[in-house]
Amino acid sequence: MLTFVARRLLATIPVLAIVAIFVFLMLRLTPGDPAAVIAGDYANSQQIAEIRAKLGLDEPLVTQFFIWAGRGLQGDFGESFFFKRTVAELILQRVEPTLALAVCTIVLAVLIAVPLGVIAAHRHGGWIDRIVMGFSVLGFSVPVFVVGYLLIYVFAIQLSWVPVQGYRSPVDGLGDFFQRIILPSCTLAVIYIALIARITRASVIEVLGEDYIRTARAKGLTERTVLMRHALRNAAVPIVTVIGIGIALLIGGVVVTESVYNIPGLGRLTVDAVLARDYPVIQAVILMFSFVYVLINLVIDLAYSFFDPRIRY
Amino acid sequence: MKLSRILAGAVAGTALGAAVLFTPTTGAQAQNTLRVVMHSDLKILDPIWTTAYIVRNHGYMIYDTLFSMDEKLDVKPQMVDKYEVSGDRLTYTFTLRDGLKFHDGNPVTTDDVIASLKRWGAKDSMGQKLLSFVKDFEKVDDKTFKLVLKEPYGLVLQSLGKPSSNVPFIMPKRVAETDPNTQISDFIGSGPFVFAKDEWRPGNKTVYTKFADYKPRSEPSSGLAGGKVVKVDRVEWLSMPDHQTAVNALIAGEIDFIEAPPHDLVPVLKAEKSVELVTWNPLGNQYTMRLNHLHKPFDNPKVRQAVTVALNQEDFLKAVVGDPDYYKVCKAMFICGTPLESTAGMDGLLESKFDVARKMLQEAGYDGTPIVLMHSTDLQVLTNLAPVAKSLMERAGFKVDMQSMDWQTLVARRAKKDPPTAGGWHAFLTSWVSADILNPVMAGFMNSACDKAMFGWPCDEQMEKIRDDFSRESDPAKQKALAEAAQKRAMEVVTHIHLGQWYLAGAARKGVVAGIPTAPAPVFWNVSKTGK
Repeated sequence: MLTFVARRLLATIPVLAIVAIFVFLMLRLTPGDPAAVIAGDYANSQQIAEIRAKLGLDEPLVTQFFIWAGRGLQGDFGESFFFKRTVAELILQRVEPTLALAVCTIVLAVLIAVPLGVIAAHRHGGWIDRIVMGFSVLGFSVPVFVVGYLLIYVFAIQLSWVPVQGYRSPVDGLGDFFQRIILPSCTLAVIYIALIARITRASVIEVLGEDYIRTARAKGLTERTVLMRHALRNAAVPIVTVIGIGIALLIGGVVVTESVYNIPGLGRLTVDAVLARDYPVIQAVILMFSFVYVLINLVIDLAYSFFDPRIRY
Repeated sequence: MKLSRILAGAVAGTALGAAVLFTPTTGAQAQNTLRVVMHSDLKILDPIWTTAYIVRNHGYMIYDTLFSMDEKLDVKPQMVDKYEVSGDRLTYTFTLRDGLKFHDGNPVTTDDVIASLKRWGAKDSMGQKLLSFVKDFEKVDDKTFKLVLKEPYGLVLQSLGKPSSNVPFIMPKRVAETDPNTQISDFIGSGPFVFAKDEWRPGNKTVYTKFADYKPRSEPSSGLAGGKVVKVDRVEWLSMPDHQTAVNALIAGEIDFIEAPPHDLVPVLKAEKSVELVTWNPLGNQYTMRLNHLHKPFDNPKVRQAVTVALNQEDFLKAVVGDPDYYKVCKAMFICGTPLESTAGMDGLLESKFDVARKMLQEAGYDGTPIVLMHSTDLQVLTNLAPVAKSLMERAGFKVDMQSMDWQTLVARRAKKDPPTAGGWHAFLTSWVSADILNPVMAGFMNSACDKAMFGWPCDEQMEKIRDDFSRESDPAKQKALAEAAQKRAMEVVTHIHLGQWYLAGAARKGVVAGIPTAPAPVFWNVSKTGK
């Protein structure tokens, strides 16, 4: 097991190196000039050139890459072109809201989707199953921003139960935190509920046809025990996979929700950085996302052996 | 069935817990905190390093200026108590007001002022022009200094009272001595608000607190001039990239003011009883088309003139703004409603006379070279301009290759002098804040100094002479005549094509926010807030 973990962690190094080169080149080859953005609309060519020189953007690409990579290896991802703050500081400021949103969304999605999927499988072909599947299709089809605005209109504007926007750290009070995180979490959870419920339903239906389920029922176990202990556990591997992928997608894919609810998270940091061509920030954030993806995949693989003892590393 | 009951119980329990946790919200916020959403996030804090308007607005919060422009566009003393001009118009003597202090408690002295003017003069186009006439700055004492000119210059006060980017803000000497091409890192000013550096969260919020030691002028506030009386304890600029979210937050009472809601949300705001629209900048903005003079076919003035004949202002304004309450057809380059308003040289232009334009193109020998028209797609106030231009130009016989891109790509590409077929360009459309284009020297696109001109690089000695004459002139009547000459010449050379004025109203909570100054920049002194 330890060898497996060590091997997988080592494998992240070439992955991150390739991502680093790819991101660096992609950014430099994309049209746009951070110096022109910084200088403002009414700056002349000379002012832009002076800023470009100041940022080191007039150096050859190879030199720029090695300077950045060399510092990156020492854990220094430089300073934002705009904010005059280190990239690490900016990312640290933005990690908490995104992480909080991702965790709340996944918890909400799992708590709702897994039971829904199990019930739908249990009542396969019945009206509950059809409702769950109908909801899934809806959840996949309705864009996130539509769900977001709808929830804001009903719960924030019409009923005034929660604020329209903003984020408060749980450190400043759990009440305020939950008031502000609940709508974005529900908005984002819709699609994940749809996804996880469908996968759970399909996996459980498959398992329910197995001989050992018939045996469990024949032993006289209650339907709840059959479903929760025998069916769900054996159906867990694909469910865990989809939850894991969901977490990874969430970390990098919350841009729209963060914008609609004005949550200052990593998604917005990334979009702002891309629009302004803030190279150091984009590079560091994408590297971090890649690392998180690799890490989550590792955790999913390790979770398989927990749910299915036949899997050994 | 049993499982369903357990689930139903869990859902009910969660809902009950949530109901206990979520007490109704009423947009609770401190009475004396003004929460506003500006047109963009504040990323840079040096208003001399960049010309970006959001940084200029930040400058107005924390810095003060020697002179300011009032509502009638007259320049009035601000930090200056009194000034004298010598008989030969070569020496200006300025004396600062009593009681001017920086946020760190130190008094504002002429050393600070001179250093600030030098840094500003190294970056700003009007500042550069002024400094090219300056022989010396002479310190008399801590409160008085002299500005000695090499020859008379007519725009000394207009330069020092320049309302928009870059504004000559006064900083402490130690800050103003920073290389103009390096961002400052000390944000002490002497303006009416103090920048709360520790609370600054780029991409989230910027906080300003009232500067208790600020001494406002005794005159009533007018535009950017007069007494800057702070009536709230704190101003928070909240970053909200989604306009709909900002509007929802305003309606819910979570914020108090939106600087620039987009036109398509104005009907929603007009219908909302708790909101009022405030036209804080009556000068508005001006749409402009810029042509690249370096490459065929626009190296030929006749072809450029054909564009001015083919276009008309109303089509652009309707396509982007729509509501006639928020646009104005105006053929005056230096803005309608200002002292230099004129229609000189505009006969027959901007009236979409396609037959005339087609004939002009034939006479000019236009060979059908496709016009590379850059189309900005991500800024709502610009997006519809290029398609209108393409349509009108094609009707006049131009072949147009409209290339879509985001604004930042356009900004980088417009600085390139390469041929349009090799990554360069022929034309693009943009917008100017009217306060930046009130005369031929101020207006950046009038600069026709070839390589030293802004992108597009018009090259015309006659225009440069008119601008020079204007800068030396101080008689308003003669200035007006020179401005008319500049406008006529601009239409002959086609430095740029002005496509009408447009306005953005701010949106404020009705009965809660009062006193928003009418000025070329959004400022928050004299703004009061009542209720929550």
